[in-house]
Amino acid sequence: MMQMADILKVFKEYRGDAIVVPGKGARYWGDMTTRPELDVALMPTAMGGRAAFAFGLALAQPHRKVVLFDSEGDMMMGLNILPTIAEHAPENFYHFLLDNECYATTGGQPVPNAGKIAYDVVARGAGYARTFSYDNLESFQINLERIMSGPGPVFVALKIVPEIENEPVGRRKRFSTRSREQVRQDLWKALGIAGCNQ
Amino acid sequence: MVQAAEALLNPEIVLAELKKNAVSHVVWLPDSETNWLYLLIKAEPSLTLVTVSREGLAFSTAAGLYFGGKTPVILIQNTGLMESGDSLRGWGLGLNMPVVLMVGYRGWTRHGVTIDTAAVYVERFLNAFGISYYLVENNHDAPRISLAFEEARKTQRPVTVLVGDEYHGFHPH
Repeated sequence: MMQMADILKVFKEYRGDAIVVPGKGARYWGDMTTRPELDVALMPTAMGGRAAFAFGLALAQPHRKVVLFDSEGDMMMGLNILPTIAEHAPENFYHFLLDNECYATTGGQPVPNAGKIAYDVVARGAGYARTFSYDNLESFQINLERIMSGPGPVFVALKIVPEIENEPVGRRKRFSTRSREQVRQDLWKALGIAGCNQ
Repeated sequence: MVQAAEALLNPEIVLAELKKNAVSHVVWLPDSETNWLYLLIKAEPSLTLVTVSREGLAFSTAAGLYFGGKTPVILIQNTGLMESGDSLRGWGLGLNMPVVLMVGYRGWTRHGVTIDTAAVYVERFLNAFGISYYLVENNHDAPRISLAFEEARKTQRPVTVLVGDEYHGFHPH
């Protein structure tokens, strides 16, 4: 098991100019990032669509890496996007899954068949060409350069320690400092597509 | 015969509307009302077809495309639209996405004797979410598709085109 913050700390050395969809990692990523204009932290939106959203970004920006930090509860709600991603096989898409085996934001109840699902095997079965699975930071760290220097779509399942929240939703700290509209505007400006669709 | 031909919605005309509005990606789940569009879209080099296997994922996929600077259109059936309620809320309305939803109006009969509950509830569903919609039944209605795109751009919200063709679907020449 790894700490989410440690994973992100290791990853940030390989970020380059990639677009990052940090997902639940936004709670730490905001203090680590050096390219906030390329970060797309949109929570909350609608559960189950994060992988599809990042995939859409990857299709739209094929010459720039798109890195997603997904979570297993969200992915399982939209698992059927995996064959669509595999069909289009965006070479710029890097799909990391933070698997804490539970619904941490609702108090830590286990996800269905918690701890017994090989998500990397699910992704491979759906058609991802490169899949990996790590449960310790050292192995992840050793292999990350190889993962990031190879083509996507790549899927990396990572076992993490749950960070369970029991506070009522209204009292929880919000990790996003920008509105969703601001996130989009910053991204468009950084990508040179300001004015598009308006 | 003339009347019958005029009652049809020709897929080439629909495709021309999509191209006129600079659509880049068609995010689609096949349905019986829009199936004839498939071959045309596949053959059109300016469009990329993205097939999903559950309609809610069309909204999040389209949102990613939109954030990446593209112009997607969502092509699904009314049954799938109703399945997609929270995705429409969170990804469509929540992100101010100016996307046009072309929705196959399964069960639409015009005469008001509607048996299929997919047709009974779809306009009520759209009204509940405050989503504008235009009904397109034949070639003469096709310019309404551009009206939907204009409204989506102006309001920065999803707008729907209901494709009501009495189970016939799009018709080739």
